[in-house]
Amino acid sequence: MNILEISQVSKTFAGTNGGTVALQATDLSVAENDFITILGPSGCGKSTLLRMVAGLDTPTTGSITLDGHPVSGPGADRGMVFQSYTLFPWLSILQNVCFGLREKGLPLAEQHAIARQFIAKVGLKGFENHFPKQLSGGMQQRTALARALANDPRILLMDEPFGALDHQTRELMQELLQGIWEAERKTVLFVTHDIDEAIFMGNRVVVMSARPGRIKCDLKVDIAHPRHYSVKTTPAFVELKARLTEEIRIEVQRAAGLIPEAA
Amino acid sequence: MRPLQPVAPGARIALGISFFVLFFAIWAFATFGGYVSKTFLADPVTMVRSGYDLLANQGFIKDIGMTVWRVLGGFLIAAVLAVPLGVLMGAYKPIEAFFEPFVSFARYLPASAFIPLLILWAGIGEAQKLAVIFIGSFFQLVLMFAVSVGNTRRDLVEAAYTLGAGDRGIVTRVLLPSSAPEIAETLRMVLGWAWTYVIVAELIGASSGIGHMITDSQALLATDQIIFGIIVIGVIGLVTDFAFKALNRKLFPWARL
Repeated sequence: MNILEISQVSKTFAGTNGGTVALQATDLSVAENDFITILGPSGCGKSTLLRMVAGLDTPTTGSITLDGHPVSGPGADRGMVFQSYTLFPWLSILQNVCFGLREKGLPLAEQHAIARQFIAKVGLKGFENHFPKQLSGGMQQRTALARALANDPRILLMDEPFGALDHQTRELMQELLQGIWEAERKTVLFVTHDIDEAIFMGNRVVVMSARPGRIKCDLKVDIAHPRHYSVKTTPAFVELKARLTEEIRIEVQRAAGLIPEAA
Repeated sequence: MRPLQPVAPGARIALGISFFVLFFAIWAFATFGGYVSKTFLADPVTMVRSGYDLLANQGFIKDIGMTVWRVLGGFLIAAVLAVPLGVLMGAYKPIEAFFEPFVSFARYLPASAFIPLLILWAGIGEAQKLAVIFIGSFFQLVLMFAVSVGNTRRDLVEAAYTLGAGDRGIVTRVLLPSSAPEIAETLRMVLGWAWTYVIVAELIGASSGIGHMITDSQALLATDQIIFGIIVIGVIGLVTDFAFKALNRKLFPWARL
Protein backbone atom coordinates (compact mmCIF):
# COMPACT_ATOMS: atom_id res chain seq x y z
CA MET A 1 0.00 0.00 0.00
CA ASN A 2 1.30 3.44 -0.90
CA ILE A 3 1.73 5.82 1.98
CA LEU A 4 3.46 8.65 0.15
CA GLU A 5 2.24 9.97 -3.19
CA ILE A 6 4.22 12.55 -5.11
CA SER A 7 2.25 13.67 -8.16
CA GLN A 8 3.32 16.13 -10.83
CA VAL A 9 5.58 17.90 -8.36
CA SER A 10 7.97 20.45 -9.85
CA LYS A 11 10.12 23.18 -8.43
CA THR A 12 11.28 26.37 -10.07
CA PHE A 13 13.50 28.71 -8.07
CA ALA A 14 12.79 32.37 -8.77
CA GLY A 15 15.48 34.32 -10.56
CA THR A 16 16.30 36.10 -13.78
CA ASN A 17 15.07 34.67 -17.14
CA GLY A 18 12.05 33.03 -15.53
CA GLY A 19 14.04 31.31 -12.80
CA THR A 20 15.82 27.96 -12.61
CA VAL A 21 13.92 24.72 -13.02
CA ALA A 22 15.31 22.49 -10.28
CA LEU A 23 12.82 19.68 -10.77
CA GLN A 24 10.51 18.86 -13.67
CA ALA A 25 7.04 17.48 -12.98
CA THR A 26 7.72 14.26 -11.10
CA ASP A 27 5.60 11.33 -9.93
CA LEU A 28 6.70 8.87 -7.28
CA SER A 29 4.76 6.45 -5.11
CA VAL A 30 6.27 5.10 -1.94
CA ALA A 31 4.82 1.93 -0.42
CA GLU A 32 4.82 1.03 3.25
CA ASN A 33 8.20 -0.47 4.30
CA ASP A 34 9.89 0.68 1.10
CA PHE A 35 13.51 1.73 1.26
CA ILE A 36 13.87 3.94 -1.79
CA THR A 37 17.21 5.43 -2.69
CA ILE A 38 17.23 8.46 -4.96
CA LEU A 39 20.44 8.49 -6.96
CA GLY A 40 21.66 11.35 -9.09
CA PRO A 41 24.49 13.78 -9.80
CA SER A 42 24.76 17.12 -7.98
CA GLY A 43 22.16 19.60 -9.09
CA CYS A 44 19.58 17.02 -10.21
CA GLY A 45 17.01 18.26 -7.71
CA LYS A 46 17.07 15.12 -5.55
CA SER A 47 17.57 17.08 -2.33
CA THR A 48 14.92 19.57 -3.44
CA LEU A 49 12.47 16.70 -3.89
CA LEU A 50 13.25 15.38 -0.41
CA ARG A 51 12.96 18.84 1.15
CA MET A 52 9.54 19.27 -0.44
CA VAL A 53 8.42 15.96 1.07
CA ALA A 54 9.74 17.21 4.41
CA GLY A 55 7.74 20.41 3.96
CA LEU A 56 10.85 22.59 4.13
CA ASP A 57 10.36 23.74 0.51
CA THR A 58 7.06 24.27 -1.30
CA PRO A 59 6.45 22.68 -4.70
CA THR A 60 5.83 25.11 -7.57
CA THR A 61 3.24 22.71 -9.00
CA GLY A 62 1.80 19.35 -8.04
CA SER A 63 0.94 17.81 -4.72
CA ILE A 64 2.46 15.55 -2.09
CA THR A 65 0.24 13.46 0.16
CA LEU A 66 1.19 11.32 3.13
CA ASP A 67 -1.49 8.79 4.14
CA GLY A 68 -3.89 10.79 2.00
CA HIS A 69 -3.22 14.08 3.79
CA PRO A 70 -1.60 16.84 1.73
CA VAL A 71 1.81 17.98 2.95
CA SER A 72 1.67 21.71 3.70
CA GLY A 73 4.64 22.16 6.03
CA PRO A 74 7.16 20.29 8.13
CA GLY A 75 5.88 17.88 10.76
CA ALA A 76 6.92 15.11 13.12
CA ASP A 77 5.41 12.45 10.81
CA ARG A 78 8.32 13.00 8.40
CA GLY A 79 11.62 12.64 10.26
CA MET A 80 14.75 13.89 8.55
CA VAL A 81 18.47 13.27 8.78
CA PHE A 82 20.53 15.99 7.08
CA GLN A 83 23.94 15.86 5.46
CA SER A 84 25.24 18.62 7.73
CA TYR A 85 25.60 17.95 11.44
CA THR A 86 22.36 19.28 12.87
CA LEU A 87 22.49 18.14 16.48
CA PHE A 88 21.71 21.00 18.84
CA PRO A 89 25.14 21.87 20.23
CA TRP A 90 23.75 23.11 23.58
CA LEU A 91 21.97 19.83 24.32
CA SER A 92 23.51 16.56 25.45
CA ILE A 93 23.13 13.46 23.28
CA LEU A 94 20.24 12.29 25.47
CA GLN A 95 18.51 15.70 25.32
CA ASN A 96 19.00 15.83 21.55
CA VAL A 97 17.27 12.49 21.10
CA CYS A 98 14.50 13.66 23.46
CA PHE A 99 13.92 16.87 21.47
CA GLY A 100 10.93 15.69 19.44
CA LEU A 101 9.51 13.62 22.32
CA ARG A 102 9.51 16.69 24.55
CA GLU A 103 7.81 18.64 21.78
CA LYS A 104 5.10 15.95 21.83
CA GLY A 105 4.66 16.55 25.54
CA LEU A 106 5.68 13.09 26.81
CA PRO A 107 6.61 12.84 30.50
CA LEU A 108 10.35 13.08 31.10
CA ALA A 109 10.75 9.50 32.31
CA GLU A 110 9.10 8.19 29.16
CA GLN A 111 11.22 10.49 26.97
CA HIS A 112 14.37 9.14 28.57
CA ALA A 113 13.27 5.51 28.27
CA ILE A 114 12.56 5.85 24.54
CA ALA A 115 15.69 7.93 23.89
CA ARG A 116 17.97 5.47 25.71
CA GLN A 117 16.54 2.60 23.68
CA PHE A 118 17.40 4.34 20.38
CA ILE A 119 20.77 5.55 21.62
CA ALA A 120 21.57 1.90 22.36
CA LYS A 121 20.34 0.89 18.89
CA VAL A 122 22.84 3.20 17.20
CA GLY A 123 25.58 1.95 19.51
CA LEU A 124 26.06 5.09 21.58
CA LYS A 125 25.30 3.73 25.04
CA GLY A 126 27.53 5.55 27.51
CA PHE A 127 27.60 8.79 25.50
CA GLU A 128 24.22 10.09 26.75
CA ASN A 129 25.72 13.02 28.61
CA HIS A 130 28.27 14.07 26.00
CA PHE A 131 27.83 17.23 23.97
CA PRO A 132 27.65 16.72 20.17
CA LYS A 133 31.01 18.41 19.56
CA GLN A 134 32.70 15.82 21.78
CA LEU A 135 31.65 13.12 19.29
CA SER A 136 33.07 12.18 15.89
CA GLY A 137 31.12 12.94 12.72
CA GLY A 138 29.91 9.35 12.41
CA MET A 139 28.70 9.32 16.02
CA GLN A 140 26.90 12.64 15.48
CA GLN A 141 25.08 11.25 12.45
CA ARG A 142 24.13 8.14 14.42
CA THR A 143 22.69 10.40 17.09
CA ALA A 144 20.79 12.32 14.41
CA LEU A 145 19.41 8.98 13.18
CA ALA A 146 18.39 8.01 16.72
CA ARG A 147 16.79 11.43 17.19
CA ALA A 148 14.72 11.02 14.02
CA LEU A 149 13.74 7.40 14.78
CA ALA A 150 12.83 8.10 18.42
CA ASN A 151 10.11 10.40 17.14
CA ASP A 152 8.56 7.38 15.35
CA PRO A 153 7.85 9.15 12.02
CA ARG A 154 5.69 7.56 9.31
CA ILE A 155 8.53 8.03 6.86
CA LEU A 156 12.23 8.72 7.38
CA LEU A 157 13.87 11.17 4.97
CA MET A 158 17.63 10.99 4.63
CA ASP A 159 19.50 13.63 2.63
CA GLU A 160 22.98 12.23 1.93
CA PRO A 161 23.31 11.54 5.65
CA PHE A 162 26.74 9.93 5.32
CA GLY A 163 28.01 12.33 2.64
CA ALA A 164 30.37 14.17 4.99
CA LEU A 165 31.90 10.99 6.44
CA ASP A 166 35.04 9.19 5.33
CA HIS A 167 34.63 6.06 3.22
CA GLN A 168 35.21 3.48 5.97
CA THR A 169 32.90 5.19 8.45
CA ARG A 170 30.29 5.52 5.73
CA GLU A 171 30.31 1.76 5.09
CA LEU A 172 29.91 1.06 8.81
CA MET A 173 27.02 3.50 8.92
CA GLN A 174 25.35 1.79 5.96
CA GLU A 175 25.51 -1.57 7.72
CA LEU A 176 24.18 -0.07 10.93
CA LEU A 177 21.26 1.58 9.13
CA GLN A 178 20.63 -1.61 7.14
CA GLY A 179 20.46 -3.57 10.40
CA ILE A 180 18.06 -1.08 11.97
CA TRP A 181 15.88 -1.06 8.87
CA GLU A 182 15.74 -4.85 8.76
CA ALA A 183 14.54 -4.83 12.38
CA GLU A 184 12.07 -1.93 12.12
CA ARG A 185 11.06 -1.85 8.44
CA LYS A 186 10.60 1.90 8.60
CA THR A 187 9.66 3.48 5.26
CA VAL A 188 12.72 5.40 4.06
CA LEU A 189 13.47 7.88 1.29
CA PHE A 190 17.24 8.11 1.01
CA VAL A 191 19.08 10.59 -1.25
CA THR A 192 22.64 9.82 -2.31
CA HIS A 193 25.10 10.25 -5.16
CA ASP A 194 26.99 7.08 -4.21
CA ILE A 195 26.00 4.14 -6.44
CA ASP A 196 27.17 1.41 -4.04
CA GLU A 197 25.26 3.05 -1.24
CA ALA A 198 22.12 3.36 -3.38
CA ILE A 199 22.12 -0.34 -4.22
CA PHE A 200 23.22 -1.64 -0.83
CA MET A 201 20.62 0.37 1.08
CA GLY A 202 17.62 0.36 -1.24
CA ASN A 203 14.82 -1.93 -2.35
CA ARG A 204 14.28 0.46 -5.21
CA VAL A 205 16.75 2.81 -6.82
CA VAL A 206 15.31 5.90 -8.47
CA VAL A 207 17.80 7.50 -10.85
CA MET A 208 17.47 11.20 -11.57
CA SER A 209 18.80 13.15 -14.52
CA ALA A 210 20.59 16.41 -14.26
CA ARG A 211 19.36 19.96 -14.85
CA PRO A 212 16.44 20.07 -15.02
CA GLY A 213 15.93 17.15 -12.68
CA ARG A 214 13.50 14.39 -13.53
CA ILE A 215 13.19 10.71 -12.79
CA LYS A 216 15.06 8.77 -15.44
CA CYS A 217 14.51 5.21 -14.29
CA ASP A 218 13.22 3.28 -11.32
CA LEU A 219 14.85 -0.11 -10.67
CA LYS A 220 14.05 -2.82 -8.17
CA VAL A 221 16.98 -4.18 -6.17
CA ASP A 222 16.52 -7.95 -5.96
CA ILE A 223 18.98 -8.67 -3.21
CA ALA A 224 17.62 -10.59 -0.25
CA HIS A 225 17.69 -9.39 3.34
CA PRO A 226 19.49 -9.53 5.68
CA ARG A 227 22.19 -7.90 3.61
CA HIS A 228 25.76 -8.39 4.67
CA TYR A 229 28.47 -6.07 3.29
CA SER A 230 29.74 -9.02 1.23
CA VAL A 231 26.71 -8.66 -1.11
CA LYS A 232 28.63 -5.80 -2.71
CA THR A 233 30.70 -8.38 -4.62
CA THR A 234 27.83 -10.67 -5.73
CA PRO A 235 26.98 -10.85 -9.48
CA ALA A 236 23.52 -9.35 -8.97
CA PHE A 237 25.03 -6.33 -7.21
CA VAL A 238 27.84 -5.89 -9.72
CA GLU A 239 25.45 -6.13 -12.67
CA LEU A 240 23.13 -3.48 -11.21
CA LYS A 241 26.08 -1.30 -10.39
CA ALA A 242 27.35 -1.50 -13.98
CA ARG A 243 23.97 -0.44 -15.29
CA LEU A 244 23.58 2.44 -12.84
CA THR A 245 27.14 3.59 -13.46
CA GLU A 246 26.28 3.89 -17.14
CA GLU A 247 23.06 5.80 -16.44
CA ILE A 248 24.73 8.21 -14.03
CA ARG A 249 27.78 8.72 -16.24
CA ILE A 250 25.66 10.10 -19.05
CA GLU A 251 23.94 12.46 -16.63
CA VAL A 252 27.20 13.71 -15.17
CA GLN A 253 28.58 14.33 -18.65
CA ARG A 254 25.41 16.15 -19.60
CA ALA A 255 25.53 18.23 -16.42
CA ALA A 256 29.15 19.10 -17.18
CA GLY A 257 28.18 20.18 -20.70
CA LEU A 258 30.25 17.44 -22.35
CA ILE A 259 27.32 16.12 -24.39
CA PRO A 260 24.26 18.02 -25.66
CA GLU A 261 21.06 18.24 -23.60
CA ALA A 262 18.53 15.48 -24.04
CA ALA A 263 15.64 16.33 -26.31
CA MET B 1 57.59 34.46 17.66
CA ARG B 2 55.59 33.37 14.62
CA PRO B 3 52.21 34.60 13.33
CA LEU B 4 49.18 33.17 15.20
CA GLN B 5 51.31 30.83 17.30
CA PRO B 6 49.76 30.52 20.79
CA VAL B 7 51.58 31.71 23.89
CA ALA B 8 51.96 29.55 27.03
CA PRO B 9 49.49 30.49 29.84
CA GLY B 10 52.25 31.42 32.32
CA ALA B 11 54.05 33.58 29.78
CA ARG B 12 50.76 35.25 28.87
CA ILE B 13 50.16 36.38 32.46
CA ALA B 14 53.79 37.49 32.89
CA LEU B 15 53.66 39.54 29.68
CA GLY B 16 50.33 41.12 30.65
CA ILE B 17 51.61 42.16 34.07
CA SER B 18 54.94 43.40 32.75
CA PHE B 19 53.26 46.06 30.64
CA PHE B 20 51.47 47.39 33.74
CA VAL B 21 54.86 47.52 35.48
CA LEU B 22 56.42 49.29 32.51
CA PHE B 23 53.57 51.80 32.42
CA PHE B 24 53.98 52.68 36.10
CA ALA B 25 57.77 52.80 35.72
CA ILE B 26 57.56 55.38 32.92
CA TRP B 27 55.02 57.37 34.90
CA ALA B 28 57.26 57.31 38.01
CA PHE B 29 60.31 58.24 35.92
CA ALA B 30 58.51 61.22 34.34
CA THR B 31 57.17 62.57 37.66
CA PHE B 32 59.98 61.79 40.15
CA GLY B 33 62.59 62.79 37.60
CA GLY B 34 61.01 66.23 37.46
CA TYR B 35 60.28 66.04 33.74
CA VAL B 36 56.60 66.87 34.32
CA SER B 37 55.29 69.55 36.66
CA LYS B 38 53.48 68.21 39.75
CA THR B 39 50.66 70.64 39.03
CA PHE B 40 49.75 68.74 35.89
CA LEU B 41 50.59 65.18 36.79
CA ALA B 42 50.90 63.71 40.29
CA ASP B 43 53.44 60.97 40.88
CA PRO B 44 52.25 57.37 41.57
CA VAL B 45 53.09 57.47 45.29
CA THR B 46 51.12 60.67 45.91
CA MET B 47 48.29 59.18 43.90
CA VAL B 48 48.17 56.06 46.07
CA ARG B 49 48.44 58.12 49.26
CA SER B 50 45.60 60.45 48.33
CA GLY B 51 43.61 57.48 47.11
CA TYR B 52 43.92 55.98 50.58
CA ASP B 53 42.91 59.32 52.07
CA LEU B 54 39.87 59.47 49.76
CA LEU B 55 38.75 56.01 50.78
CA ALA B 56 39.54 56.28 54.50
CA ASN B 57 38.56 59.87 55.31
CA GLN B 58 36.45 61.38 52.55
CA GLY B 59 33.80 58.70 52.01
CA PHE B 60 34.91 57.88 48.46
CA ILE B 61 33.60 54.33 48.97
CA LYS B 62 30.11 55.82 48.99
CA ASP B 63 30.81 57.53 45.66
CA ILE B 64 32.01 54.27 44.17
CA GLY B 65 28.89 52.53 45.47
CA MET B 66 26.65 55.18 43.92
CA THR B 67 28.34 54.88 40.54
CA VAL B 68 28.20 51.07 40.54
CA TRP B 69 24.55 51.18 41.55
CA ARG B 70 23.73 53.58 38.70
CA VAL B 71 25.53 51.53 36.09
CA LEU B 72 23.93 48.28 37.19
CA GLY B 73 20.48 49.86 37.53
CA GLY B 74 20.47 51.58 34.16
CA PHE B 75 22.05 48.62 32.45
CA LEU B 76 19.64 46.12 33.97
CA ILE B 77 16.62 48.14 32.85
CA ALA B 78 18.08 48.38 29.35
CA ALA B 79 18.90 44.65 29.23
CA VAL B 80 15.53 43.49 30.58
CA LEU B 81 13.72 45.46 27.86
CA ALA B 82 16.25 44.82 25.10
CA VAL B 83 16.31 41.01 25.35
CA PRO B 84 12.65 40.40 24.42
CA LEU B 85 12.62 43.10 21.74
CA GLY B 86 15.92 41.96 20.23
CA VAL B 87 14.86 38.31 20.23
CA LEU B 88 11.51 39.12 18.62
CA MET B 89 13.22 41.26 15.98
CA GLY B 90 15.71 38.48 15.24
CA ALA B 91 12.98 35.85 15.02
CA TYR B 92 10.20 37.69 13.19
CA LYS B 93 11.25 39.65 10.14
CA PRO B 94 8.17 41.97 10.00
CA ILE B 95 8.88 43.06 13.59
CA GLU B 96 12.48 43.65 12.57
CA ALA B 97 11.37 45.67 9.53
CA PHE B 98 9.18 47.79 11.82
CA PHE B 99 11.76 48.63 14.50
CA GLU B 100 15.15 48.18 12.87
CA PRO B 101 15.39 51.48 10.95
CA PHE B 102 14.45 53.53 14.02
CA VAL B 103 16.71 51.58 16.35
CA SER B 104 19.60 51.95 13.91
CA PHE B 105 18.98 55.70 13.87
CA ALA B 106 18.62 55.92 17.64
CA ARG B 107 21.85 54.02 18.10
CA TYR B 108 23.77 56.94 16.63
CA LEU B 109 22.18 59.52 18.90
CA PRO B 110 25.02 60.25 21.35
CA ALA B 111 23.86 59.48 24.89
CA SER B 112 26.02 62.27 26.31
CA ALA B 113 24.28 64.85 24.11
CA PHE B 114 21.01 63.95 25.83
CA ILE B 115 22.37 64.94 29.23
CA PRO B 116 21.36 68.65 29.06
CA LEU B 117 17.90 67.63 27.90
CA LEU B 118 17.60 64.95 30.55
CA ILE B 119 18.65 67.42 33.24
CA LEU B 120 15.78 69.65 32.11
CA TRP B 121 13.37 66.75 32.23
CA ALA B 122 14.55 64.78 35.22
CA GLY B 123 16.85 67.09 37.15
CA ILE B 124 20.24 65.88 38.33
CA GLY B 125 18.84 63.00 40.36
CA GLU B 126 19.13 59.29 39.86
CA ALA B 127 16.45 59.10 37.14
CA GLN B 128 18.62 61.26 34.90
CA LYS B 129 21.68 59.03 35.40
CA LEU B 130 19.69 55.87 34.71
CA ALA B 131 18.19 57.48 31.61
CA VAL B 132 21.62 58.35 30.19
CA ILE B 133 22.83 54.78 30.65
CA PHE B 134 19.60 53.42 29.24
CA ILE B 135 19.80 55.56 26.09
CA GLY B 136 23.45 54.70 25.66
CA SER B 137 23.04 50.95 25.91
CA PHE B 138 19.45 49.96 25.02
CA PHE B 139 19.59 50.53 21.25
CA GLN B 140 23.00 48.92 20.90
CA LEU B 141 21.79 45.87 22.82
CA VAL B 142 18.61 45.51 20.77
CA LEU B 143 20.43 45.59 17.44
CA MET B 144 23.15 43.18 18.50
CA PHE B 145 20.64 40.73 20.02
CA ALA B 146 18.55 40.82 16.83
CA VAL B 147 21.63 40.03 14.73
CA SER B 148 22.68 37.16 17.04
CA VAL B 149 19.23 35.58 16.96
CA GLY B 150 18.86 36.16 13.21
CA ASN B 151 22.18 34.39 12.59
CA THR B 152 20.95 31.11 14.07
CA ARG B 153 21.98 28.20 11.83
CA ARG B 154 19.10 27.55 9.42
CA ASP B 155 19.76 23.81 9.35
CA LEU B 156 19.20 23.61 13.13
CA VAL B 157 15.87 25.41 12.69
CA GLU B 158 14.91 23.01 9.90
CA ALA B 159 15.93 19.99 11.98
CA ALA B 160 13.71 21.24 14.81
CA TYR B 161 10.79 21.68 12.41
CA THR B 162 11.14 18.11 11.15
CA LEU B 163 11.12 16.96 14.79
CA GLY B 164 7.70 18.50 15.20
CA ALA B 165 8.58 21.85 16.74
CA GLY B 166 6.08 24.67 16.20
CA ASP B 167 6.97 28.36 15.82
CA ARG B 168 6.95 28.85 19.57
CA GLY B 169 9.23 25.84 20.04
CA ILE B 170 11.59 27.21 17.39
CA VAL B 171 11.93 30.50 19.28
CA THR B 172 12.25 29.10 22.80
CA ARG B 173 14.07 25.84 22.10
CA VAL B 174 16.32 26.76 19.16
CA LEU B 175 16.75 30.49 18.56
CA LEU B 176 17.13 31.43 22.23
CA PRO B 177 19.53 28.72 23.41
CA SER B 178 21.62 28.89 20.25
CA SER B 179 22.16 32.64 20.56
CA ALA B 180 22.40 32.74 24.37
CA PRO B 181 26.23 32.74 24.50
CA GLU B 182 26.39 35.63 22.04
CA ILE B 183 23.70 37.51 23.96
CA ALA B 184 25.75 37.11 27.13
CA GLU B 185 28.88 38.27 25.31
CA THR B 186 27.01 41.34 24.01
CA LEU B 187 25.88 42.16 27.56
CA ARG B 188 29.49 41.97 28.73
CA MET B 189 30.68 44.32 26.00
CA VAL B 190 27.91 46.91 26.30
CA LEU B 191 28.28 46.97 30.09
CA GLY B 192 31.77 48.34 29.44
CA TRP B 193 30.26 51.19 27.40
CA ALA B 194 27.70 51.89 30.13
CA TRP B 195 30.61 52.76 32.43
CA THR B 196 31.64 55.57 30.10
CA TYR B 197 28.14 57.03 30.01
CA VAL B 198 27.72 57.08 33.78
CA ILE B 199 30.98 58.94 34.30
CA VAL B 200 30.04 61.52 31.68
CA ALA B 201 26.66 61.97 33.34
CA GLU B 202 28.32 62.42 36.72
CA LEU B 203 30.87 64.87 35.36
CA ILE B 204 28.15 67.16 34.07
CA GLY B 205 25.67 67.21 36.93
CA ALA B 206 25.82 65.11 40.08
CA SER B 207 26.28 65.47 43.81
CA SER B 208 27.86 62.06 44.29
CA GLY B 209 29.69 59.37 42.34
CA ILE B 210 33.17 58.84 40.93
CA GLY B 211 32.60 61.42 38.19
CA HIS B 212 31.48 63.97 40.75
CA MET B 213 34.66 63.41 42.79
CA ILE B 214 36.71 63.92 39.63
CA THR B 215 35.06 67.30 38.84
CA ASP B 216 35.56 68.42 42.45
CA SER B 217 39.21 67.45 42.28
CA GLN B 218 39.63 69.39 39.05
CA ALA B 219 38.60 72.59 40.87
CA LEU B 220 41.36 71.89 43.45
CA LEU B 221 43.92 70.89 40.80
CA ALA B 222 44.19 67.59 42.66
CA THR B 223 45.50 65.51 39.74
CA ASP B 224 46.41 62.73 42.18
CA GLN B 225 42.71 62.26 43.07
CA ILE B 226 41.59 62.51 39.46
CA ILE B 227 44.02 59.80 38.42
CA PHE B 228 43.01 57.63 41.35
CA GLY B 229 39.36 57.98 40.34
CA ILE B 230 40.14 57.01 36.77
CA ILE B 231 42.13 53.99 37.92
CA VAL B 232 39.28 52.88 40.19
CA ILE B 233 36.93 52.95 37.19
CA GLY B 234 39.41 50.89 35.19
CA VAL B 235 39.83 48.32 37.97
CA ILE B 236 36.07 47.92 38.48
CA GLY B 237 35.64 47.54 34.71
CA LEU B 238 38.35 44.89 34.57
CA VAL B 239 36.92 42.95 37.53
CA THR B 240 33.33 42.92 36.17
CA ASP B 241 34.67 41.89 32.78
CA PHE B 242 36.52 38.93 34.28
CA ALA B 243 33.48 37.97 36.35
CA PHE B 244 31.24 38.14 33.29
CA LYS B 245 33.63 36.01 31.24
CA ALA B 246 33.84 33.41 34.01
CA LEU B 247 30.06 33.33 34.33
CA ASN B 248 29.61 32.87 30.57
CA ARG B 249 32.09 30.01 30.54
CA LYS B 250 30.20 28.35 33.36
CA LEU B 251 26.75 28.91 31.84
CA PHE B 252 27.63 27.83 28.30
CA PRO B 253 30.25 25.08 28.48
CA TRP B 254 29.14 23.75 25.07
CA ALA B 255 30.00 27.02 23.31
CA ARG B 256 33.72 26.54 23.93
CA LEU B 257 33.95 22.93 22.73
